[in-house]
Amino acid sequence: MENFEPVLVAFVCNWCTYTAADLAGTSRLSYPKNVRLIRVMCTGMVDPQYVIKALLEGADGVLVSGCHPGDCHYINGNYKARRRIKLLKEILPQFGFEPERLRLTWIGASDGIEFAEIMQELVKELKALGPSQAKMKMVV
Amino acid sequence: MAITATIEVNQQDLLTSLKAFCTKLLEQDAISAILVPQRLPMKSMVMPTLVTEADHLDGVDPLSPAFPMNGAKVLAKLTRRPSGGKIAAIMRPCEIRAFIELVKLKQARTEDVVLIGMDCLGAYGNTDYFRFAGEDAEAATRRFYESVLAGKGAALDGVDLTTACQACEAPFPTSADIAIGLHGVDTGRHLLVLGQTPAGDDLLQQMGLPSSEVPTERQAIMDQLRTSREKYRDDMFAATAAATDNIDKLNTYLANCVNCYNCRVACPVCYCKECVFVTDVFNHDPSQYLRWAKRKGAVKMPTDTVFYHLTRLTHMSTACVGCGQCSNACPNDIPVMELFRMVAHNTQRAFAYEAGNSVDEKPPLSEFKEDEFQEVVGL
Ligand code: SF4
Ligand code: SF4
Ligand code: FES
Repeated sequence: MENFEPVLVAFVCNWCTYTAADLAGTSRLSYPKNVRLIRVMCTGMVDPQYVIKALLEGADGVLVSGCHPGDCHYINGNYKARRRIKLLKEILPQFGFEPERLRLTWIGASDGIEFAEIMQELVKELKALGPSQAKMKMVV
Repeated sequence: MAITATIEVNQQDLLTSLKAFCTKLLEQDAISAILVPQRLPMKSMVMPTLVTEADHLDGVDPLSPAFPMNGAKVLAKLTRRPSGGKIAAIMRPCEIRAFIELVKLKQARTEDVVLIGMDCLGAYGNTDYFRFAGEDAEAATRRFYESVLAGKGAALDGVDLTTACQACEAPFPTSADIAIGLHGVDTGRHLLVLGQTPAGDDLLQQMGLPSSEVPTERQAIMDQLRTSREKYRDDMFAATAAATDNIDKLNTYLANCVNCYNCRVACPVCYCKECVFVTDVFNHDPSQYLRWAKRKGAVKMPTDTVFYHLTRLTHMSTACVGCGQCSNACPNDIPVMELFRMVAHNTQRAFAYEAGNSVDEKPPLSEFKEDEFQEVVGL
């Protein structure tokens, strides 16, 4: 697994974490190319289906990231996201998906540095974990 | 004041007594109709019937081991809007629990219904029931309840209760307005009737049944049954977990699923009006299937089987009441109830929630607080 390059699918909210990613870019901070950003308006619109689909299709990890509590631009979308992640973290490990493959973070719009650091950390972690079980296998 | 009363029974003839109880229910001004399982005149089958006239109660049979559907959805159809009358519904405990979940999902209302539950003796699977009942459904019911109530068990003629019923630790109608008790009761002579809510007490008050007391041994018998069912259930969970704890095993477990979606149609708490898996969202462009096949070399058709089951689990595992209708409906004998209940058990524990327990407890995904579940946030 020397040169294993994990795929991290990251659902990021438009108002906070995506803005932070943008800031990281304009600040010329680098973060691993393993991250596939998917911009959503709010973490509250990340249907558990999206997470399941990504994992079954072979993503090694999924990140959902949005505004800090109290900062969601739709008031409570991030609280909804948190309950859904709680639910998924309860269900998916029962079928062998390591809990570390699903992460939820709050990264505010001005946290460009933090964004880059978290992406580096997550990718490092996924490299250590190795490829996801669903990556190479046919899932019925 | 909780009312404790009895229904007279003559010589073990519980069916006649239950019919008399139904007749009396219909005589009450407050009640316009009753929903009760009855033997159908044309076949050895028992189905929920909506009855307004007492001379249509000949087939009353809530003790039959037939359980063709979870009646919660039927009752939801009858109560989702005011009907202009009140219905007394006689249902199994798992049907009542599912109904309560539907009420919380705003797909049913409690205002026009009095829920009457019985201690549940369990049921056979659909095809097992047909084999057992033969031509005479009434005789079949009598043979069934006599055996169970005499402590001789439910396994008769080589058929036994469904796995769901054997694993059911809650065969008591705790969330009903009125409970009809069999356990610890001398059923050769009478049945126990308990008012459990103000609405239940009101109705019993009007009915004026002879009052009684709860037999002292009842609680211990119920506790014992619960304990042995929990043991069976936990063994079932352990075996199911061992059979599904990675994607290879889950693939194997679900290998003969044909995406017919019967399990969700039969599920009383699968609440979406239109399932996303039958919409155009899953009617992918033909080229998409080819791309998928290319990526891993092959793709099983129809696609999205595991995806469907995992998604369904995110929807219904907070609400699963363990009725087993999913397994009953599966054409390929996939033990889906075992899988769904196992996950549901864990999900409900994670949210400290018990499906069907009370209309006052909010479903886990319908409320959100600022300071909670910090453990799922961060690296
Ligand atoms: S998942 Fe199965 S056992 Fe659970 S409520 Fe639905 S039909 Fe009943
Ligand atoms: S009923 Fe059985 S075959 Fe049909 S979708 Fe459910 S598990 Fe698959
Ligand atoms: S807008 Fe950022 S989480 Fe809701």
